[in-house]
Amino acid sequence: MRKQFSSLFDIVGPVMIGPSSSHTAGAARIGALARRILGEEVAKAHIILYESLALTGRGHGTDLALLGGLLGLASHDPELVEAAQRASAAGLTVSWQLEQRSPTGHPNTVYLELWGRSSEVSTYILAESRGGGKVRVVSIDGFPVDMAGVHPTLLVYHQDRAGAVAQVGAKLAQGDINIAFMELARTERGKDALMVMELDQEPTAEILAEIAGLSVVTKIRFCPPEGEAKL
Amino acid sequence: MSWESLAQLVTAATEAGSSIGQVALRQEAREQEVSEAALLKRMDEHLTVMQEAAHRGLEAPVYSQRGFTGGQAPLLARYAETHTTLSGKETVQVAAMATAVMEVNASMGRIVAAPTAGSSGIMPAVVTLVAERLQLPREKVVLSLFCAGAVGMVIANIAGISGAEAGCQAEVGAAAAMGAAAAVELADGTPHQVAQAAAIMLKNVLGLVCDPVAGLVEVPCIKRNGMYAAMAILAADMALAGVESVIPPDEVIAALAEVGKAMPMSLRETAQGGLAATPTGQRLMAELQASSHWGSSL
Repeated sequence: MRKQFSSLFDIVGPVMIGPSSSHTAGAARIGALARRILGEEVAKAHIILYESLALTGRGHGTDLALLGGLLGLASHDPELVEAAQRASAAGLTVSWQLEQRSPTGHPNTVYLELWGRSSEVSTYILAESRGGGKVRVVSIDGFPVDMAGVHPTLLVYHQDRAGAVAQVGAKLAQGDINIAFMELARTERGKDALMVMELDQEPTAEILAEIAGLSVVTKIRFCPPEGEAKL
Repeated sequence: MSWESLAQLVTAATEAGSSIGQVALRQEAREQEVSEAALLKRMDEHLTVMQEAAHRGLEAPVYSQRGFTGGQAPLLARYAETHTTLSGKETVQVAAMATAVMEVNASMGRIVAAPTAGSSGIMPAVVTLVAERLQLPREKVVLSLFCAGAVGMVIANIAGISGAEAGCQAEVGAAAAMGAAAAVELADGTPHQVAQAAAIMLKNVLGLVCDPVAGLVEVPCIKRNGMYAAMAILAADMALAGVESVIPPDEVIAALAEVGKAMPMSLRETAQGGLAATPTGQRLMAELQASSHWGSSL
């Protein structure tokens, strides 16, 4: 069980661009986390904002914060104010949609569908901004998850078969990598499934390649932790 | 482990014969597995960001992103210099500084959430003004932020620190309690007095609603930070004078959580009640929505 506030720097912090920890800093963090899950530069995005974010997001710079996050800017980067100009300079095109009812029930929910520069890479994500700049990704590519992106996180798309977790776990153990938290989601029994593994250490490219090469694994994504520049 | 009661904090500091700031720093270093020096450096950087925001907002008028509000902090600062103030020069100055940080926040400037962005003006103003008044070294101010953080963490884990959960009493109220606690520690008060100052402050924010006009962190948040920064210093003075809260500090926090739960939804950051529901509040909300252009900085 993770306590909601366990560091004094959650209370006197974070350093952030205003005006709202949930609607600005949280939005920037969601954008940046979505980009890290995609694993490459974002070329195109469709973003749906729900409830409170749809209603008051514009006045809180939620759109600029999300854009900035997708461009890789941190939630404390003063450049967030310029995110719209930077997005057009970078060739990032975004379509926006505002909706009333959040599909998760949380009032500060964002849906992001992203396409990478290399055209074949895409993902869709639901995330919640939970206050104080804290965020959670609650769904990735249709799989229900609960991911904060604070730890290095390995996403393993695999066949829902006995031993899949053990095989991936063994590869991580070879690299002396400890799993801090993990969860499993599947579409239906015996079909597609997703492991979300929050790790204490970052795996090497070799280990990632070995995991991707397992016959039970269809695809992996590796999401590095939020940058150390978090002041 | 995180701090779960003010009594626990007071006991830990009293037994160690040190300040709450020191025991909070020690505990944080153990918990995060980093050196105390690294944490002090990080908090020092936070203090720098706090003071930069304050100076920016005081030097010249800063306006919010949508131009709703702004420019009030320099008015207050100038008034404190040029007039015989009624509440005292330093009271007006602390209000000016808290207002300045909040105006910078509303302009999409850089601040430190303490504990939230909507209450980010109080801590910088309180610790800066108290340190100036007592001529304290910067290291002592940095340490006082650990004391404030520990007090804030107790409130956060019991009552929450979002207006949506427990109203403004959990944002500006928590910030003011943190400010009062830090001020007592800066003045070399005892750990017991730190907790008393927090309790005295929190007793006087119970029921404070979150009713932001158009849902923005501007009206009434900016002036509310100014008002409560001044009150935080008064709460610290009361505790330093030996005034005791009849209701123990942890029971006051529990009461705050209860009052928060009892608050109707319309007064918990939904922009549907209080000042947000006034005719002017409604008109400003309608204007904002009519002029929204998503994904552009205009």
